[in-house]
Amino acid sequence: MSTFVLLTITGLGLGAMYFLIASGLSLIYGLMGVLNFAHGAFLTVGAYSSWWLSTQLGGVGSDVLRFLLSAAFGLLVGAVVAALVELVLIRPLYQRHIEQVLVTVGLSLAMVAWVQATWGPTERVYEAPSWLARTTEVFGARVPNDRFVEIGVAAVVLVGIVAFLRYTRYGLIIRAGVENRAMVTALGIDVRRAFTLVFAIGGLAAALAGVLSGVYFGGSIDPDRGTSLLIFAFIVVVIGGLGSIMGSAVAAVLVGLVQQYANYYGSEYLDFSVLGDLSVVLMLAITLLVRPSGLAGKWSVAH
Amino acid sequence: MSALEPERRTLLAVDDLHVHLGASHVLQGVSFAVAEGGVTALLGRNGVGKTTTLRAIMGLSPRRGRVTLAGEEIAKLPTHRIVRRGVGYVPEDRDVFAGLTVEENLRLAERNGTARYDLVYGLFPELRERAGQRAGTLSGGQQQMVAIARALLNENRLLLIDEPTKGLAPLLVTEVARVLEQASELATILLVEQNLGVVHRLARDAIVVDQGRVVHTGPARPLLEDPALVRRFLGVSGAAV
Repeated sequence: MSTFVLLTITGLGLGAMYFLIASGLSLIYGLMGVLNFAHGAFLTVGAYSSWWLSTQLGGVGSDVLRFLLSAAFGLLVGAVVAALVELVLIRPLYQRHIEQVLVTVGLSLAMVAWVQATWGPTERVYEAPSWLARTTEVFGARVPNDRFVEIGVAAVVLVGIVAFLRYTRYGLIIRAGVENRAMVTALGIDVRRAFTLVFAIGGLAAALAGVLSGVYFGGSIDPDRGTSLLIFAFIVVVIGGLGSIMGSAVAAVLVGLVQQYANYYGSEYLDFSVLGDLSVVLMLAITLLVRPSGLAGKWSVAH
Repeated sequence: MSALEPERRTLLAVDDLHVHLGASHVLQGVSFAVAEGGVTALLGRNGVGKTTTLRAIMGLSPRRGRVTLAGEEIAKLPTHRIVRRGVGYVPEDRDVFAGLTVEENLRLAERNGTARYDLVYGLFPELRERAGQRAGTLSGGQQQMVAIARALLNENRLLLIDEPTKGLAPLLVTEVARVLEQASELATILLVEQNLGVVHRLARDAIVVDQGRVVHTGPARPLLEDPALVRRFLGVSGAAV
């Protein structure tokens, strides 16, 4: 029982990070039709920016304050870099989807190479508050505290994005734009501002995933973190339904849980250590065969 | 124009408009002028480029040529800037946002805080009753009301309306014609319409397009009341009345 509880909460923590990456990917694709392969780079840049500031802060304040300050800096850098990528690289290639894919793939590779060249190819220790590394007992399982933070943060981001989409003018524009971008402009709205905003929100959420991944993966970050998580985030977006935030949330939870259960029980009983990844790919294949538009169907942004 | 009628100012002028869609040269130098006030009908057989002409004026199709609105060149402006100069658009397939409510569809169309809700709810009382209903669950006629209401919500100088009675029941066709008649007192309308009865009721002028070119311009009634002209330009038998 305790093992199952631990796997469940750890799976939810992993799903939380998938959701943070997938939410931005999903909105960007839904609104702009851009398959953003550079999204993992926003995660890496956010994580490394946060780590860099934490190394500069030294003994300033408490470990919690240093963590919060450096995390906020990472989020800001992630959002700004994402907005700049949209303005400088994506906007000139509007509706040229092949070129957009090439540019975002190229940027993703370049960003990883730049991080490796600047801070080295090996892992960096990511300082987090000591409380996060401690455990809390839940139904007999000793669960690392950071899992609760990851789940809580993702839940707050989910509620925040849904509220933004439902109750703000820009949210209305984004929801309409996901359905029919041309008609939004035909109502006199400069939809390009919404493009930049969606990229910034996506970059911020990805950077948040980068910061939390530094805690989740044993207090370390590495240059390939973004790329490896991005693959699963893409799968989450497809399973959830392109453009759907709630679909991404449900799919992220499913993928995180299935991956954790399959990894553990596959190793334990079948001596098969990669069953987790295989299960996720199987989920993707089944979704594409049975319900190609994903769990939420097509174009159902905030629902 | 009769001798007693004062000369009307040109609101929209289209000059040598070309549109290529893939390998097709859809508009091959379309030129016409729309006088201020009333309804001008843009007529022609299916597939001759009427919808493409409206989309090109709106900047929704890539185009080459000159388009001026009240003397100002708008062909190089992006769509949203053209709209902000006072151009409303009702597309052929209504293009309401199915996932948004009726009220959200209208709210999205608001510009400059001068939305005329009293006007649109006065014209379409049903929309007030269905404000909270998703537009995707409305009937075709109700969706057309939303599409027209979005264009009437703001004070526009020009309305481009594409086949507003397409697929509607006869009773609704009459209702839409009544609304457009009222709308024409508020703004100039360039109307693409296949129902010649509606055109006869509403239009003062007519422009006929064939194979990507303008082949006839002039007052609407003499055209519509002449079976030979109707057959020649529009490919249908008999006059509109």
